[in-house]
Amino acid sequence: MNAHQQATGSAYFIDTTKKVVETHTLAVVAANQPGVLARIIGLFAGRGYNIDSLTVSETEHEKHVSRFTIVTSGTASVVAQIKAQLDRMVLVHSVEDLTVQGNFLARELAMVKVSGQGDKRVEALRLADAFRARVVDASTESFVFELTGKPDKVDQFISLMVPLGLVEVARTGVAAISRGPDAMKI
Amino acid sequence: MADSEMIMTGAEMVLKALAEHGVKHVFGYPGGAVLPIYDEFFQQDKVKHILVRHEQGATHMAEGYARSNGKCGVALATSGPGATNCVTGLMDALADSIPMVLFTGQVPTHLIGSDAFQECDTVGITRPCTKQNWLVKDVNDLARIIHEAFYVATTGRPGPVVVDIPKDVQFAKGTYTPKDGVIIKSYQPQTKPDAKAIEAAIAMIASAKKPVLYTGGGVINSGPKASKLLREFVELTGIPITSTLMGLGAYPASGKEWLGMLGMHGTYEANMAMHDCDVMINVGARFDDRITGRLDAFSPHSRKIHIDIDPSSINKVVRAHVPVIADVAAALEAMIAAWKAHKHGLDHAVLKAWKAEIQKWKDVDCLKYRQSKDVIMPQYAVQRLYELTKNRETYITTEVGQHQMWAAQFYRFEEPNRWMTSGGLGTMGYGLPAAVGVQAAHPKALVVDIAGDASVQMTMQEFSTAIQYNLPIKIMILNNHYMGMVRQWQQLLHGNRMSESYSDSLPDFVKLAEAMGGQGVHCDKPADLDSAIMKMIETPGPVIFNCEVANLANCFPMIPSGKAHNEMLLGADITDEEVGTAIDAKGKQLV
Ligand SMILES: Cc1ncc(C[n+]2csc(CCOP(=O)(O)OP(=O)(O)O)c2C)c(N)n1
Repeated sequence: MNAHQQATGSAYFIDTTKKVVETHTLAVVAANQPGVLARIIGLFAGRGYNIDSLTVSETEHEKHVSRFTIVTSGTASVVAQIKAQLDRMVLVHSVEDLTVQGNFLARELAMVKVSGQGDKRVEALRLADAFRARVVDASTESFVFELTGKPDKVDQFISLMVPLGLVEVARTGVAAISRGPDAMKI
Repeated sequence: MADSEMIMTGAEMVLKALAEHGVKHVFGYPGGAVLPIYDEFFQQDKVKHILVRHEQGATHMAEGYARSNGKCGVALATSGPGATNCVTGLMDALADSIPMVLFTGQVPTHLIGSDAFQECDTVGITRPCTKQNWLVKDVNDLARIIHEAFYVATTGRPGPVVVDIPKDVQFAKGTYTPKDGVIIKSYQPQTKPDAKAIEAAIAMIASAKKPVLYTGGGVINSGPKASKLLREFVELTGIPITSTLMGLGAYPASGKEWLGMLGMHGTYEANMAMHDCDVMINVGARFDDRITGRLDAFSPHSRKIHIDIDPSSINKVVRAHVPVIADVAAALEAMIAAWKAHKHGLDHAVLKAWKAEIQKWKDVDCLKYRQSKDVIMPQYAVQRLYELTKNRETYITTEVGQHQMWAAQFYRFEEPNRWMTSGGLGTMGYGLPAAVGVQAAHPKALVVDIAGDASVQMTMQEFSTAIQYNLPIKIMILNNHYMGMVRQWQQLLHGNRMSESYSDSLPDFVKLAEAMGGQGVHCDKPADLDSAIMKMIETPGPVIFNCEVANLANCFPMIPSGKAHNEMLLGADITDEEVGTAIDAKGKQLV
């Protein structure tokens, strides 16, 4: 998608070539009601915004709220527009741009299946150890590694496993939270 | 009230909630999945049901109703095809920020997902064209959801909502929740302006040499008080004012500072003032592409103040130097107070020089057109309609096309809520049902749909609704035998090849009116026009007036696609050659 070229909302030409595309991580707290996920995804699809990663889960059962972590990319004005569009949704409590606030933690879990025998198998295990990946399943010709970390660490691990017999990957997408004592307002 | 009185069926709850919200009219159409609700309609007389001929008609009626009296419009449709027929009206209301609650029936909960007869995913289909929607699965949630629906539709930036009610929920008994105290924690729109933003806005205005007010539909949505305050602010500051299509009437067309409408078919003076101003005050408008023209040449020298209740409108298209997030009335009230408190006043000499510049643009007389003795010019028809109706309580609706733009240019609106048109979506077929809705809200007023021969056929069947309820709407068709606006663009962009834009096989509109039980009026001579208009007005009941106009007239002035405000095409003396080459290759790709 070319969000950085279109999402200005105008039918007329705007020179976007010089604008820098940035990646932002947004934390969104919304009422846990039917359709809220569809509405959020529909916003991104309908307006041509990018979703690099999206995770969601109910976080506070009594308050009926869910938390979304959305990694998106676009020019500064597109990202500002994404935030405003999310924030005005009836079921969205609050939106925070963790990238703008700086200083946040982003983690992702991956399960990585590697098949093979001999030296490659030994090398895979050695690298997994270096990455602090755990072996959660093993057979004589395969491992499943579980790895948690920043997305680029996960990327790196996966690319190292390619020549060693990588056959399958499952990733959760990113969950993110700010550092320090303050909590996100709802 | 005893608890037992609050136990009732879902269908009873719908009617009780409607009464609690003061709803007087519902525009609807029955079907299997809403029969329990129809049974309740039968047994009460607080809420009047108006039976439409097509559900799209119901939604436009609800829109016209809402826009003309500031209340929430309410429509009702059955599941499946009933619901899908409403999609156009929902999107139209979303685009123009019109408050509307649509109730739809749904197949019983245990059949949802089974591809049952007349099942469709109504909340899925309507999600992108509603502000919010709900599928009600438990009758005990129903009343609360209806209250939330009215609250969401009418507050903040207004818009359409859908409440989808499965048939078993309509039959089931549960407890009714009264409307008081219903809040939605995640939804609290800001209506009061930030004091610092108001101070910054006022300071910027006070320093202006060439200020202009650019107002929009938000002023109308905010209510009559906003229009009053706008007039007061103009009076106080002497700032020239223009408006979008949606905002006409907020400031009177007879007002001293009025520049006319701006945008693609706006006046030369309004667009030039926007282009050359140094401070622009946007009040409840959204920098739509029909307004800005070529963005990188849009008002290049101005600092911009943007007042809007929807934070996502700010900086969406054009960067605001001073954003004010608030309801228009609240913002204007604060600005007037601050202006007076600072004893601000614009430099008279400077303002005078600006107005002298504007006067030169006004002198161009951009709306002039070539008059004819033999054929009725469409502009003239609107002018005469205005002259003959200006002293009555008149409401104007339109379809979409050239006639809509001529109506906006030549009918002069003095009050808000008198003008209903489909701006954002540009829905042909809006005007006739909208007129029915307006007439239901204002039974004694004169309601005229200024129509095109093509558009009017899209929802023609609602004329029959007007007959049934004796709603004396007047449909004035500016019949040019073309989809005129399409033909105009073909002339501008496609070498005058009129591909499929001729309105062939037009019905005899007079006979059609008679066949449906109304009256028809016909006129094709300028000399007879006044008496024909008077006949249309004075004939009791619904009337179709077939007004034959010049077939090939074009709508000017016009900012061609891809051009800037100061590159307008003016109408009166333009040659066909100039029209054919006005838009360059890049502009041709635009809508
Ligand atoms: C539902 C819908 N379909 C198509 C269009 C595209 N369109 C815009 S104006 C127009 C022609 C309108 O013709 P008519 O109603 O005769 O009005 P005129 O322009 O001749 O005044 C068309 C087809 C539209 N706006 N809405």
